[in-house]
Amino acid sequence: MSAPFGRRHAPLLIRRTYGPYVVLGAGDESARAQPGQFYMLASAERWGGGDGERPYLARAVSVMSVGDEGLMEFLLEEVGPGTKRLCELEVGEGLLIVGPLGHGFDEPDAGVEPLLVGGGIGIAPLVAVQEAWGGQALLGFRDAEHAKAAELFTDPLVSTDDGSRGHHGFVTELLEAELAKQSRPIYACGPPAMLHAVRAVARTHEVDCELAVEAPMACGFGACYGCVVATVDGYRRVCVDGPVFDGAVLA
Amino acid sequence: MIEFCGLKLRHPVINASGCFDVLAAARVFGDELFEQFPFAAYVSKTITLRARAGNPPPRLWESAAGLINSIGLPNGGLRAYLETDLPALAAALPVPLITNVMGSTPEEVGEILDALEAEATVAAIELNVSCPNVATGLDIGADPDGLEALLHHVRPRSSKPLIVKLTPNTADVAACAAGAQAGGADAVSLINTLRALALAPGGSGAWLGGGSGGLSGPAIRTVALAQVSRVAQRVTIPVVGMGGVASGADARDLLDAGATLVAVGTESFRDPAAGSRIARELDDGFTQIAH
Ligand SMILES: Cc1cc2nc3c(=O)[nH]c(=O)nc-3n(C[C@H](O)[C@H](O)[C@H](O)COP(=O)(O)OP(=O)(O)OC[C@H]3O[C@@H](n4cnc5c(N)ncnc54)[C@H](O)[C@@H]3O)c2cc1C
Ligand SMILES: Cc1cc2nc3c(=O)[nH]c(=O)nc-3n(C[C@H](O)[C@H](O)[C@H](O)COP(=O)(O)O)c2cc1C
Ligand code: FES
Repeated sequence: MSAPFGRRHAPLLIRRTYGPYVVLGAGDESARAQPGQFYMLASAERWGGGDGERPYLARAVSVMSVGDEGLMEFLLEEVGPGTKRLCELEVGEGLLIVGPLGHGFDEPDAGVEPLLVGGGIGIAPLVAVQEAWGGQALLGFRDAEHAKAAELFTDPLVSTDDGSRGHHGFVTELLEAELAKQSRPIYACGPPAMLHAVRAVARTHEVDCELAVEAPMACGFGACYGCVVATVDGYRRVCVDGPVFDGAVLA
Repeated sequence: MIEFCGLKLRHPVINASGCFDVLAAARVFGDELFEQFPFAAYVSKTITLRARAGNPPPRLWESAAGLINSIGLPNGGLRAYLETDLPALAAALPVPLITNVMGSTPEEVGEILDALEAEATVAAIELNVSCPNVATGLDIGADPDGLEALLHHVRPRSSKPLIVKLTPNTADVAACAAGAQAGGADAVSLINTLRALALAPGGSGAWLGGGSGGLSGPAIRTVALAQVSRVAQRVTIPVVGMGGVASGADARDLLDAGATLVAVGTESFRDPAAGSRIARELDDGFTQIAH
């Protein structure tokens, strides 16, 4: 399904926090997003003038949840001037949005419960996957404070780097343990090192994996050619050919 | 209705080359894109004789009110453009097509112009002369005499309107524009991106995979205004002005400086429908726009 053409105004209806993460809920009646798709977001007022006189361009943010009656939810972590501005928005203020954009996750075969492997802010699109199709969430966080965002999932298994909650270690160790019990496809999103490790595990266990990758984006709709990743067929634009790619396609 | 190099255009706003991929946008936005097409003519990204993969990522850096890009002109090459893109564009585009081309030698440019000559879908050609000369490292369009000589060589190869996209990275852009006119150009367009460098945080050298890049967006708007106004005073052929246009007021400034058309580049990244808004604001004579 195609996105409405152009940038539009959306009121901020919801703001809540999970540890350092901020959930923003925007009213967008016109669109129905697929899990794995994203929007380009900017604040309607005061976009710019932060650190380094930025932000200037809109920021790519995954759809975390497609609520009823045109409510679109996003999960943000402050990492720079763009996410800082979005995180400080209050209910009643406005967003400028373009989307939904990109090629999302494929629907799993009937009866298949995929493994949803998320690291840090990369858990966001997996909330939408679990809402739409179910699946066992395996989530990796820095510490217990960040792991508060695990509440967004039903029955997740959690690991932390410092052992302050759940398994002490990498989320890929949880993944290995689950695959040892039952072979099933993987949907993953997280930092590059985590995605790399997930691909290696998927290869060893001979299961399919779909990975949502990140790249710096200027436009989000295929116009600038700025967001490429290397694949077996050369560079591909993450915003239109991804952000979800079959793990076997990435170089 | 605006007349530009024999083309009849609905309004004076077109896209800047490399800043709107209509075929990708059609996949994203569907028919609504064509029902509300934002530009009065569509300019392709730069096409080269042979396919180019483009530069290694990262390709983008956000600067103060601007963008530094090092995309590296990825394209499938002339043959793929003729066989795949042109039929798709012919079927879909509701406005005239301007094909932007580049070659590193006069022979290469001539070969591309020969191939486009028979293509009715191509209404005009924009020649990007920001290609580095391998011998000097300067852009091939940076030297007025060299640019005139290039035009003398390639101009006879095409009967289509020929727009020369000047490089702003030169000592005297007005002299280059005069050289393009003397060589037979039908119009000039400017400004292309300004050479710029982004350093990686933490002092580990250049951020962009291609090394240096080109600056665009509001950060270059006043430079564009100065260059467009100097060029428009120097030549008698039409001028397409661009660089940081984000509102009808910005477009009006370039038209007042002597441009016949304005092109919108980076602002389309922030709002895919920016071209329509800018054309509408121009029409309304609206000058107080927040952006
Ligand atoms: C498809 C997709 C989905 C995403 N989903 C989410 C999401 O759901 N939630 C979320 O919080 N984030 C998400 N992101 C990431 C977010 O869009 C980026 O991290 C964005 O750059 C943040 O902007 P910022 O200004 O806060 O940080 P930036 O200042 O842009 O810093 C982020 C990173 O960009 C680099 N960087 C630093 N300065 C610059 C500069 N001047 N120019 C270019 N790059 C620079 C550095 O590597 C830095 O670590 C997603 C990204 C993509 C591509
Ligand atoms: C991402 C990007 C890609 C570009 N690609 C091309 C190109 O292929 N050919 C070209 O002649 N100019 C290219 N340009 C330059 C633009 O056409 C334009 O001259 C410049 O960006 C200034 O306009 P703006 O400030 O409105 O973006 C590109 C600019 C950007 C930002
Ligand atoms: S972000 Fe511009 S092409 Fe992908």
